[in-house]
Amino acid sequence: MEAREMIARRAAIELSDGHVVNLGYGVPTAVANYLPANVELILQSENGCLLFGPTPNLGDEDPDVANAGAQPISLMPGAAVFDLATSFSIIRGGYVDATVLGALEVDQEGNIANWAMPLAPGKLAPGMGGAMDLLVGARKVVATLLHSSKRGSKILKRCHLPITAKGVVDVIITEKAVFEVTRDGLVLTEIIEGLTVDDIRSITEADFVVAENVGLYQLSS
Amino acid sequence: MIEGFSHEELVKGKFMDKVTSLDQALENIHDGATIMLGGFAGVGAPLKTIDKLVEIGVKDLTVIAVVNAYPGQDFGIALLFKSHLVKKLITSHSGTCQIALDQYANGEIEIEYFPMGTFIEKIRAGGAGLGGVLTATGLGTLVEEGKEKLTVQGKEYLLELPLRADYAFIKGYRGDKYGNIQYRGVALNSNPIMATAGDCTVAEVNEIVDVGSVQPNSVGTPSVFVQAVVQGHPFENHKKIYTDLWLRSKQIK
Repeated sequence: MEAREMIARRAAIELSDGHVVNLGYGVPTAVANYLPANVELILQSENGCLLFGPTPNLGDEDPDVANAGAQPISLMPGAAVFDLATSFSIIRGGYVDATVLGALEVDQEGNIANWAMPLAPGKLAPGMGGAMDLLVGARKVVATLLHSSKRGSKILKRCHLPITAKGVVDVIITEKAVFEVTRDGLVLTEIIEGLTVDDIRSITEADFVVAENVGLYQLSS
Repeated sequence: MIEGFSHEELVKGKFMDKVTSLDQALENIHDGATIMLGGFAGVGAPLKTIDKLVEIGVKDLTVIAVVNAYPGQDFGIALLFKSHLVKKLITSHSGTCQIALDQYANGEIEIEYFPMGTFIEKIRAGGAGLGGVLTATGLGTLVEEGKEKLTVQGKEYLLELPLRADYAFIKGYRGDKYGNIQYRGVALNSNPIMATAGDCTVAEVNEIVDVGSVQPNSVGTPSVFVQAVVQGHPFENHKKIYTDLWLRSKQIK
C-alpha cells in the first residue's frame, strides 16, 4: 500500500462520528474516503461552508460551490454557506473538533512547521492560509507527514523551518509510526509491520518514549 | 472620498442610482492605489473588473486578496501579475500563482502575509470603525514580529491593526441601483467584509435588478457600503466560465 493511503487510512481512525472536521490540502483530504460506515463527519471548508460532499459530475457543478482549493464540490442536505469572518469564528472560536494537516516538520515539543520555505533569501512562500488559526482553534490536531525526507528525519528535536503554531500537535502519523504528543514529550504508540522500535529510533531525530502497550499500526478501526 | 463619489454628489441624489459602467467607476483610479479584490482563489472574484484594470493598465497596485489566483491558470488576479501591475500583495497565501512567486523571488513585488482569520478580521475592523483586533493566532511564530502583544485577563494576544483600501472590488450575484447586494453560494467568502472597508466599493454582479427585487433578508451587503454597481458576466456566462475552467484544469469530468 502506498504511503499516502496508509497515512490517510490511519488518520481517519482519529475522527469520531459527528465531529466537525477541517481537512487540509493533500493527503488529509483523502481521509474522508476512509471513514468507517458508522462515522459521519461535518466537514468544514475554510472558504465558507459546512457539510460539503464529493465532487459533482459534469452537469451538476455550480460556479459558486467550491472548496478552499477552488475545486467544485457538492453540498449535502443541511449544508450552510457563510462568509469568511463566520468561517473563522468556527475555526478560531473552538468549534472545529479535529483537524488533519500535512506537515513539513514536527518536533518533540509539539510544534509544527508547514507554512513557509525560503523561495529566495528573505522571501518565504507559500503562506499560512488558514493553518495558523486552525492549529490554534481546533480541539484535536493530527499532523501527517512522511517519516523522512532525503535530508533525514522530519520528526525533529526542534523544527528548522518557520513554525506555524507552538505546541499544538496531538497526534503525529507517518507511513511508519504513530506518536502521541504529551506534556512530557512524544510517545510512540504504533509501528508498521516489519519494523522494530530500534528501526524507528534510527530514523527519528526527536526524543520519544515507547508506550507500554505499543502496538501494530492500524489501517482500520 | 474618491473623486466622483463625493458626499456632495451623493446628497444631490446620485445615491438613488449607483448603477454605472466599469469605465466610469474606475475613471479616477490612480497608479499606486490600494485595492481589495473579493473572491477565494477566483471563486466569487469580480472577473470583469479585473479585466478592466488590466485594460486600463493602472500599476504599482497594492493588492489585498485572501489567497492568490486559481491554481495554474491565467484566471482572475493572475492577470494582474501577468501584466506587471502589482507592487505589493497582502494575503494569507501566495503559492497558487507561479507568476506572482517569480515576481516575488526576483524583487518585483513584495508580499505581506497574515493568517487568514487575522486577515479577514483586520478588514472587518477597518470597515467597522474598530481600532484593531486581538488574536492569539500567530503567537510564537514569525507573524508576531513587529507587533504589539497585549495580555488580557491573563491571556496573551497579538494586536493586529485595521486594514482599509482605496477601492474594494467585490463580486455579488444580484444588485439593485441603491447598492443592495445579494450573494450566492461560497462566492460570499471575503466579499461582504471587503465591501465595508473600501473608500470606494465597486460591486460587480451577474444581475442588476429592480429595487425591491432583493428581499431585505437576502441583502448580504446593505446599500450604504456600496458606491457603484456594475454589470458583470450574466449568470449563464458566469456558469460557463467556471465549467470551462474546471474542465480545462481537469477538476471535473
